[in-house]
Amino acid sequence: MLARSPAQCFHHGLLHSLPFLLVILPFGLLFGVFAAEAGLDLWQVLGFSLLVLAGASQFTAVQLLADQAPVFVVVVSALAVNLRMAMYSASIVPWIGQARPGARAAVAYLMIDQTYALAMQHYEKHPRLRLDQRLAYFFGTALGACLPWVVVSLIGAKLGNAIPESWALDFAIPITFLAMIAPMLRTLAHLAAAFVAMVAALAFAFLPSGLGMLIAAPLAMATGALVETWTERRKAGLA
Amino acid sequence: MSDLTIWIVILVLGVGTFLLRWSFLGALGNRPLPLWATRMLRYTAVAVLPALVAPLVLWPPATQGQTDPARLLAAVAALAVGVVTRNTLAAILAGGGTLFAMLYLLG
Repeated sequence: MLARSPAQCFHHGLLHSLPFLLVILPFGLLFGVFAAEAGLDLWQVLGFSLLVLAGASQFTAVQLLADQAPVFVVVVSALAVNLRMAMYSASIVPWIGQARPGARAAVAYLMIDQTYALAMQHYEKHPRLRLDQRLAYFFGTALGACLPWVVVSLIGAKLGNAIPESWALDFAIPITFLAMIAPMLRTLAHLAAAFVAMVAALAFAFLPSGLGMLIAAPLAMATGALVETWTERRKAGLA
Repeated sequence: MSDLTIWIVILVLGVGTFLLRWSFLGALGNRPLPLWATRMLRYTAVAVLPALVAPLVLWPPATQGQTDPARLLAAVAALAVGVVTRNTLAAILAGGGTLFAMLYLLG
């Protein structure tokens, strides 16, 4: 492992990213279809997938655009979905922080859930890898996970208008999002946050589109943090 | 929604997302986040996505805001299978399968 050349590390990362195609290909296809149905053209779909490169926030933005929400609300909500990227950025610094600015910018651009998760797993398992090996591995995972996303979202956009309304594709987003949230509900704090988010979003649904979410999401995040603090205190108290 | 609006969203969201990813790696370096911030950030996904989904599930725009049994059941199926299996793809298949089965049965 430690003797591997950067090219070998790159291939290794690429290989490790392939199982994620099972999720990335259908999601990307769906994004293209959904965006085309919402009225976006091919260039705009390409713009989203290439410049934003973050599935859940792309769906969020297109959904809110289709609801005629104000630009400010669209951008803030979609950025909120990506706040976790700042956390990823902070936690990868000990491994990549010494790289040249250009390389760090490239890692930042290609940081999605899958590349981050694979890289962190790999670095922690093989802490003695050199910096060039770490970077090569990361870029390998990025080629396998990011490029297909862009390609299939364009294919989806091409197919989009050919899909009949009776397929109820409008509901692909709620189902996809619920499917992404459900596996994250591993602790009481996560459950509480999701519950507060739903109740608050319904309670504030009378507000102009998207605004309810700007109230519901911070409430839910605070709930998660509070419940986490509370659970930890209880655990400490019992121990 | 005009083309200009869409492009503004794409560009601002693209730059903003990059800055979030670049923040610590590019500028802030090894400074640790305050504890309360990491705590809040941990819950962004489970806060934002359910808030976005809940109204769409209960009052789907495709049925003019009328609660639709097929869509409601599909949402419950996706959530339940996702919680039990911890597998996003299985949850999507369960939700999609339920939706099509219900739409077919209910006409």
